[in-house]
Amino acid sequence: MAMDGTEVLIKTVTREEAAILDAWVALLKAGGALQTGRIREAELQTQAKSVLGQLGQALASGGTDTTTDAYASLRESLADISRSRAIQGFTPTDTISFLFSLKEPIFDALSRASGTDAAQVAAGIWSASKVLDQLGLHTMEVFQQSREEVIGRQSEEIAELSTPVVRLWDGILALPLIGTLDSARTGVVMENLLQAIVDEEAEIAIIDITGVPTVDTLVAQHLLKAIAAARLMGADCIVSGIRPQIAQTMVHLGVELNVISKSTLADAFALALRRTGRSVVRKAPSAPDESRR
Amino acid sequence: MAVTRTERKSIHTGDDVVRVRQAVRTFAVEAGLGLVDQTKIVTAASELARNTLDYGGGGEVRIELLQEGRRRGVRLTFEDEGPGIPDIGLALTDHYTTGGGLGLGLSGAKRLSNEFHLESTVGIGTRVVIARWK
Repeated sequence: MAMDGTEVLIKTVTREEAAILDAWVALLKAGGALQTGRIREAELQTQAKSVLGQLGQALASGGTDTTTDAYASLRESLADISRSRAIQGFTPTDTISFLFSLKEPIFDALSRASGTDAAQVAAGIWSASKVLDQLGLHTMEVFQQSREEVIGRQSEEIAELSTPVVRLWDGILALPLIGTLDSARTGVVMENLLQAIVDEEAEIAIIDITGVPTVDTLVAQHLLKAIAAARLMGADCIVSGIRPQIAQTMVHLGVELNVISKSTLADAFALALRRTGRSVVRKAPSAPDESRR
Repeated sequence: MAVTRTERKSIHTGDDVVRVRQAVRTFAVEAGLGLVDQTKIVTAASELARNTLDYGGGGEVRIELLQEGRRRGVRLTFEDEGPGIPDIGLALTDHYTTGGGLGLGLSGAKRLSNEFHLESTVGIGTRVVIARWK
């Protein structure tokens, strides 16, 4: 009696579950799934067992349409696996290989179960392919999404990390800028600076650009605006950390920063202390250097 | 004069400007430019890339590593199909701007380069070629 592909597949997967699982895990191990050391054998075994078990159940109650509710729990487990692998830093190939390496054991089991009935084998293989491909696409989509979430979170963290306003002393603030200054980031920087000037009742703000690789006219304009705004709030700005090559380039560009500048943050801080009527005095000679004795 | 390596970068977002700068820096290092010259060509590239984006509505840059005898250099060709520049003399005037900038980008890029060539046709587009030699 001829059976259609779905029936053959359901029957084979339920009857030969143990054999398929063994072959699958062996294949995963041979494919180097454990080599990177990011996943333990027991964990791999558990994941494989639960996915195969759920696949059997889903096939039995929902046929080959993976969008139905019968597949909900399987889709969820695959999504979990995919998500955890994206976060652990697996490549897309590693992630998708997990599911696709199930094809061979299932195809083998189908051939064994159907014997010489080539049409039946073909029908079964077609059904299995359809199901696994759909599940593979789903796995990939979740993987991609998780990666994007990771990237999005990182860029938010970077934006927050890279624009701190530091209080150096009473009334003296420092704003160490690092990286590229685009309009969006400059907005955050300026807001932080002006708020800190209010909060700390600052008289002097030191803007340090040691970590800014390129100072072009846009960066210069952003700096000038920040300085002008700080001035309106009663704080003077000192720019520090202009490296020799940046200084030469700015002169050629024709940009004039009408502001006091110092080559290092230390110089700028010393100036700020003087300006606010303070001085740094060494009380005792420095301790003798151990290595020179 | 021989072109020993070429790379093209499209310029359609602010992030592309950063990528252009990074690529130009790599080429400048490869050409053996000193730190000051590297900074100059990178800054000029940054200005022109942003012009391509803001005024040309996006475009492309071709970065070339040049070799002429023992001399090496970097040439950049920025092309866009934007509205074009009606008065090139005026556009090259310091502090002249139509976009609210400092008005120093184009003239500054010219001062930062050894070679500067600008051609523009209204309604067709703009092409700027700059080069910096070791």
